[in-house]
Amino acid sequence: MFDLNGKNALVTGASGGIGAEIARTLHAAGATVVLSGTRIDPLQALADELGDRAYVLPCNLSDAEAVSALPKQAADVIGSVDILVNNAGITRDNLFMRMSDDEWSSVLDVNLTSTMRLCKGVIRGMMKSRWGRIVNISSVVGTTGNPGQANYAASKAGMVGMSKSIAYEVASRGITVNCVAPGFITTAMTDKLTDDQKTAILGQVPAGRMGNADEIAAAVLYLASPEAAYVTGTTLHVNGGMAMI
Amino acid sequence: MSDVADRVRKIVVEHLSVEEDKVTEAASFIDDLGADSLDTVELVMAFEEEFGIEIPDDAAETIQTFGDAVKFINGAA
Repeated sequence: MFDLNGKNALVTGASGGIGAEIARTLHAAGATVVLSGTRIDPLQALADELGDRAYVLPCNLSDAEAVSALPKQAADVIGSVDILVNNAGITRDNLFMRMSDDEWSSVLDVNLTSTMRLCKGVIRGMMKSRWGRIVNISSVVGTTGNPGQANYAASKAGMVGMSKSIAYEVASRGITVNCVAPGFITTAMTDKLTDDQKTAILGQVPAGRMGNADEIAAAVLYLASPEAAYVTGTTLHVNGGMAMI
Repeated sequence: MSDVADRVRKIVVEHLSVEEDKVTEAASFIDDLGADSLDTVELVMAFEEEFGIEIPDDAAETIQTFGDAVKFINGAA
């Protein structure tokens, strides 16, 4: 089950905690992976750790031209992109009343517009090969909302609507488009929270703990696998029961 | 019959699984040959590959019939 031998995957945000784990998991299932992100050192360290079938392609997702070029660069390196995981994302939190246009647009650009561009860039090849998997990493807050995150929540909810629309268009060509929506996951970002903040967060999570990056990666692996061919346009929530939707 | 027309017809016949004699000059991909909008995108992709040309989106929208396609490719090649 979930054998990705012979498949080529492009993972954005692979220098982060969740992205790196997604790349590791797809690689372990047999896929060749292109690791993209802004920080070259952790990408290279991950590529060295994975060994064969792992390549690094740095890309700044706020640079529209660089984003549009990425799918082609990836295809040049690995031959095709069969699996695209849009995992990269940024936050610039602020109360909505204080949120600047720049805070709004930078988050929408990186999280949503770059996802759109990358989907566009890979879909032609997927149409030709009659097989493709796109997994967009959304967030529980795209569904529930979160104070201070109007921009981030909008970008993550936008991802869901966009994924469903693309899923409609390309379903007949063997291409699926789905989202994974993580809840609170232990990463470098959440390590910075104080104990009080963590306690408050865990009060909302029936499972009583934060999730782990490998639990997100497992959901991505499933949606990327041949076994998930009949699953499209859906959002798989991985949040310990925090929001049952 | 020009070489271009033959090659375009072959692509249309293969892609849309239609009889060759249905692919006439005025045959509309969508109205006469049963293509959906995604098929027309794929046809344009196939034409680009076969003839080594770029067909911009605004030009692609004007290619509605077999005759349109042959005419455009003859102009572009």
